[in-house]
Amino acid sequence: MDTVTVEPIEPGRMAAGCESCAAHNAANLRRLGVDMSDWDYVVALAGNPNVGKSTVFNALTGLRQHTGNWPGKTVTRAEGGFEYGDARFKLVDLPGAYSLLATSLDEEVARDFILFGQPDVTIVVVDASRLERNLNLALQVLEITDRVVVCLNLIDEAKRHGLTIDERHLARRLGVPVVPTAARTRQGLDELLQTVSDVATGKIICKPHRARHESPDLKAAADEVEADLHRLYPNLPNARWVALRLLDGDEAIIQAMQRGELGDLTRSAPDSEAVNVIRLEAAPA
Amino acid sequence: MTTATISQGNLTPQDVLEQAASLRLRVGDFHEKLVESNYAEAADIADSVVTRPERPAHGLSLDQRIDRLVTSRLWGFPLMILLFAIVFWITISGANIPSSMLMNVLIGRIYPLLHVGADAIHLPWWLSGLLIDGMYLATAWVISVMLPPMAIFFPLFTLLEDFGYLPRVAFNLDNVFRKSGAHGKQALSMMMGFGCNAAAMVSTRVIDSPRERLIAMITNNFALCNGRWPTQILIATLFIGSLVPAYLAGIVSALAVVGIAMLGVLLTFAVSWALSRTLLQGEVSTFSLELPPYRPPRVWQTIYTSIIDRTLFVLWRAVVFALPAGAVIWLVSNIQIGGESIAAYFINWLNPLGLLIGLNGVILLAYVVAIPANEIVIPTILMLTVLTTGISGMGAGAGVMFEANSPAGAMAIFQAGGWTLLTGVNLMLFSLIHNPCSTTIYTMYTESGSRKWTAVAALLPLAMGFVVTFMVAQAWRLGAMIFG
Repeated sequence: MDTVTVEPIEPGRMAAGCESCAAHNAANLRRLGVDMSDWDYVVALAGNPNVGKSTVFNALTGLRQHTGNWPGKTVTRAEGGFEYGDARFKLVDLPGAYSLLATSLDEEVARDFILFGQPDVTIVVVDASRLERNLNLALQVLEITDRVVVCLNLIDEAKRHGLTIDERHLARRLGVPVVPTAARTRQGLDELLQTVSDVATGKIICKPHRARHESPDLKAAADEVEADLHRLYPNLPNARWVALRLLDGDEAIIQAMQRGELGDLTRSAPDSEAVNVIRLEAAPA
Repeated sequence: MTTATISQGNLTPQDVLEQAASLRLRVGDFHEKLVESNYAEAADIADSVVTRPERPAHGLSLDQRIDRLVTSRLWGFPLMILLFAIVFWITISGANIPSSMLMNVLIGRIYPLLHVGADAIHLPWWLSGLLIDGMYLATAWVISVMLPPMAIFFPLFTLLEDFGYLPRVAFNLDNVFRKSGAHGKQALSMMMGFGCNAAAMVSTRVIDSPRERLIAMITNNFALCNGRWPTQILIATLFIGSLVPAYLAGIVSALAVVGIAMLGVLLTFAVSWALSRTLLQGEVSTFSLELPPYRPPRVWQTIYTSIIDRTLFVLWRAVVFALPAGAVIWLVSNIQIGGESIAAYFINWLNPLGLLIGLNGVILLAYVVAIPANEIVIPTILMLTVLTTGISGMGAGAGVMFEANSPAGAMAIFQAGGWTLLTGVNLMLFSLIHNPCSTTIYTMYTESGSRKWTAVAALLPLAMGFVVTFMVAQAWRLGAMIFG
């Protein structure tokens, strides 16, 4: 079965064995300037500009990072932390980006962090009333990592504009959990925390949507490069995406490959000790 | 196929890269297609999960109606000026009472107590002078003058920001900035500069292009900051307001201050234009600025964050710079060489230049001493004037900064120092057009990482200030010769 609802579980039950499960990639995170010594999990916060990432960040961490109602405010990466259950989460607020094609500094910072930092969970904050454009980024994040929770934020504003969003269907289409929130008034944040924790601990395993609109030529070429990448780095979690980036001539990725950084990204599936693992898988359209 | 020759054992990253490079030639450029298919997929998913209202609501939404008004060609600019005039008016008038309360406590009560304490422990006069009359007073002055306006201005500004008005300002000004060869988002950093140029340096981060960010940083000083508003208001009240009948004095001096602020905006455009055609040539980058929906501001949280993030941040830096400045003021007024204080030597030395540009040596020395914070310009001028003119019964002794008890008291000191209307006007101009304070210069250096451009930002306005005041002084004297 391909869909599931996220059932509430007792907080903390799953987090017990986590000191041992270093799911995150400590070496790369250090290189990116993230000190992981006191943290069990690292969670990245991505999203388009002005969708309330910083508000979500503040609501989760209790920090009062300045938030403003204009795009492009978070230029540097903000970091904070929170505890949930028995586990300590480090939250990294990425700059707002419309895509992960690394055409601007913001996008590059966001992409590098998701790709090389391999956060345990990436929360993609989307604006419920501008879903179409926001999903564009969400889909690109899903190409890189499968450990994603979509935070369907500003749901109150969408309601005000008369929009209704079937978040369960959205979760089915994307293959990752979707949590509706109104971060400004703290609606839905408990559920968001629970879901993030479930994905981090392996209680929820996602098999996300990955777009496959490729011409036969491109598909054949991508298949070939992907197969090579698999042989070279058997555990690379996003070989298809890397293959397409290489075919596209993406300099940043080519250089990362020459430096051997891609080889480090060999994370296996989280060694979950969770019982009743929930598997989410994208449904065909 | 090339893959056939690569065996599993010795496959290297370089092999894969070469493989990809050769395949790239075969598949051609698919970048656009990939992007398009991504958009198509996003649209398809969005369509399948979003239910829109059956009939779109009749007419325009409230948001759209507000936007029609605040970004209209006709009303956009007047509304913008009105809104900011109100913000500044609330700031200026609201800051007076807390400022004088703080001054009463910090200078009226604590300051004498400190002296009593210093006497009790038999501190040498020079040490208590340096610490209490120099460093403590400078810091107390900066806190009582800077804290209240910042604590009012920043929350108001942040509320406007939280509401969603600022992107509309950028939208309105975008065209003028673009014609000046600068980035439309410079409007945002300029607005911030009206509060504090140092904070504005940080806010230029919203501009992606390094060239345009430098223009925004270099010209930000023309946005009159909090530290300079008090100087403008006092001088306008004393010298401009006194030109007209009493019932007009308030409005005329307020207009003079607004006029100076508008001149600053014009200079921002003019200098941006000049820079983008000389030192910083390049393409104007286009940006799509999304007009976000209006959101009801969260008042308490906004006040809290703006005080923590901005007010205290800026105040702390000012205090750090005010401490040594206070020590310098006290030292130059009290260390004597050959019967005269160092301050007197400097003033005599600067006098010819000062008089040439319609100012005087005292004002120039005050601007040197007050590099750390513009707030201490007026008290330094008053103190140095008292010192050099030897007015008796005024002030509180050499190197002690003080505020004249009333504007009339300040006026008496200015007149004793030989000030004329020209001195007042040129001081207002020079206060707008001179080097940024050292906090701003330091922030620009850490933000830009460039000594060269930081130097340009510091020296260009200073040079312009000399040129402008010189020309005004010459024209003034010529006029006086012809009509006088």
